[in-house]
Amino acid sequence: MRFDRHAFEAKGHLVVPGFIDLHAHLREPGFEDSETIETGRRAALRGGFTTICAMPNTEPPIDSPGLVKELLGRGHGVNGARVHYVATITRGRKGRELADMVELAAAGAVAFSDDGSPVQDPRLFRSALEYARVTGRPVIEHPEDLALSAKGVMHEGTVSARLGLPGIPAAAEETAVARDIALARMTGARLHLTHLSTGGSIDLVRRAKADGLPVTCDVTPHHLAMTDEWVAGSRALAWEVEDEALLAGPYESSTKVNPPLRGRADVRALWAGLVDGTVDAIATDHAPHASVKKEVEFDQAAFGISGFETAVALVLGGVGVHWAALGTVIDALTVGPARVLGIEVPRDDWTVIDRDAEWIVRADEMASKGKNTPLIGRTLTGRVVATVVGGEVAYEGEARVTEAISRR
Amino acid sequence: MSSSKPGVGGAEPLRKEVAGRRPWNRRHVLDTDDWSREEIETVLDQTRAMREILQRPIRRAPPLRGRTVILFFAEASTRTRVSFELAAKALSADVTNITASGSSVEKGESLYDTVRTLQALGGDVVVMRHASSGAPYFVAERTDAAVINAGDGWHAHPTQGLLDAYTLRDAVGDLEGKRVAIVGDVLHSRVARSDINTLLPLGARVTLSGPPTLIPSAWRCGQLPPGVTYEPDLDRALDGADAVIALRLQRERQETGLLPSLREYARVWGLTAERVGRMRPGAPVMHPGPMNEGIEIDAAVAHGTRSLIETQVTNGVAVRMALLYLLAATVPLEERV
Repeated sequence: MRFDRHAFEAKGHLVVPGFIDLHAHLREPGFEDSETIETGRRAALRGGFTTICAMPNTEPPIDSPGLVKELLGRGHGVNGARVHYVATITRGRKGRELADMVELAAAGAVAFSDDGSPVQDPRLFRSALEYARVTGRPVIEHPEDLALSAKGVMHEGTVSARLGLPGIPAAAEETAVARDIALARMTGARLHLTHLSTGGSIDLVRRAKADGLPVTCDVTPHHLAMTDEWVAGSRALAWEVEDEALLAGPYESSTKVNPPLRGRADVRALWAGLVDGTVDAIATDHAPHASVKKEVEFDQAAFGISGFETAVALVLGGVGVHWAALGTVIDALTVGPARVLGIEVPRDDWTVIDRDAEWIVRADEMASKGKNTPLIGRTLTGRVVATVVGGEVAYEGEARVTEAISRR
Repeated sequence: MSSSKPGVGGAEPLRKEVAGRRPWNRRHVLDTDDWSREEIETVLDQTRAMREILQRPIRRAPPLRGRTVILFFAEASTRTRVSFELAAKALSADVTNITASGSSVEKGESLYDTVRTLQALGGDVVVMRHASSGAPYFVAERTDAAVINAGDGWHAHPTQGLLDAYTLRDAVGDLEGKRVAIVGDVLHSRVARSDINTLLPLGARVTLSGPPTLIPSAWRCGQLPPGVTYEPDLDRALDGADAVIALRLQRERQETGLLPSLREYARVWGLTAERVGRMRPGAPVMHPGPMNEGIEIDAAVAHGTRSLIETQVTNGVAVRMALLYLLAATVPLEERV
């Protein structure tokens, strides 16, 4: 079905360019019980994302030009988002020797990242940045000093003190951000810091940008909307008043994510970074997991939140309380990430949003195989009603959603 | 949502058959952090009645006849398990043990599998000890049994908190305005958290003391719960205190870089007779056991006149009886059969 923009606008919907996600996990190859390229592409469309970047922490990891080419050959069906592949920085993501970065870029890798297992050796990371500069592709860095985060499972603060859970201090991220910026300054490479979660990290990037360094960064919808109180059972979005009726049990592993959900002041600092342009993009870090990885003790559970399908509602929530302008967040979902990747925003990709639609997040309605989100059962406001790829309507929300809207 | 922790729902409380003297409608005992003073006092009053039973020539009463109590200890513990076993048997419950060791990942059997087994076995009460903070919530959400947390990770040990409160109140009277020092490895201590959560509602204030690396960083930086202070200098923490609770120091803390040496720890934060003398005259000394004598506590203090350490063990059985009774009694305590 060809996209008729006016028909949607006539219903009062918002029509914006298709969203671009710099950071997602599609789990294929290797972990198809958690997600496949196809289910991930469909879930992305339901969230309004028409272009997504798949991270290379698969099995085998995306560290060879052959695998990049092979994957680029998969997933071209019309009912899914466009997929770019991020290749590893180091062979096998082991942090010991560089992957063949020039050849990986030539094969079509859009960026480089050892996401989840960040390169700890600063000398090796320096080499990676030098090489990335030659390829013209950015390094997407998950900044974390693994010695400082150690066995931590949630943000280190008053909530971790109360719950008796090992903490991940803000400094585990900030020391890595500081190191990375120093190395970017030295090499002149394009460094993109992903899923920043603390006010201190935002301050460091703000200063780096003021110095004219080619450093960019993104934040996730969940870090913009949730605090560490969610681990203790809160289900109030950062701008909502704590509500007994919204409480869940403590130690829900769906709230376990890396970097961890931080404190309220950090959340506000991320929004401030969006508003003043320090933050270039909003990326989901969509991290689906099969239930066996999450139906375990909190400290044993896998890190990650399934994020595609709830991203818009979370981000629009902050717009609703004037923490940022609508244009700011739409930019951070479209032209911002395109600039980070050095790609054009596809001309005929569109996302249609009903800003007023109230809906309940239900596991059985999610297209992603990963139902791991603490938002299950929550009412959210704002929903993607249609997504357009290359001028064709690739996703259209269920009729009853549209009916519910027209009945008002 | 009732007063119990939200999200932990399920069937009706087991104890509805017995009319309680005071409101106590918990379905589980997972943590005392959201308990009211009245709820805590109900348990402490019930504990007094249980102590009386323990002093009888035949230490057995019928209230839990027909109930099955499953002791599920996924982490080694003899003292607490035996204490619960004696408590359950003194109330005529059937008691059975499930032991598991190691983490789910290593041993193949997941906690999820164990919960399904527990559910199929049909126990009325599950008493559980687990190395992971929050594991009892996982179990409580997935079984119809009443769950008693017998210690989870660094998080909580509610029966220890309650028995410490009972023991203290017995020794020093009303806890309103009393100051209790808790000394040692607070960061990794479920006992410290449960002591704080139980003593504060009873009106006590708590002073924490110990090495900065073994105090949660937020608490060290002034973001303490109301009524709690941190005083790194043990002498000052003890000055005028009404009681002190020493915590067990795990020897591996030194190996993981949190302590310079056990010798230094003993000198700076060990309870000596001289230091204990800084408290109010007669102020008691407690310890959850097992003790490292000569490290966190001197032998002379551990076995001295101020020590309540053995009384704590005795009271532990009575507190556990009280909770089992409140959670799962089929007939009133007073009924003779």
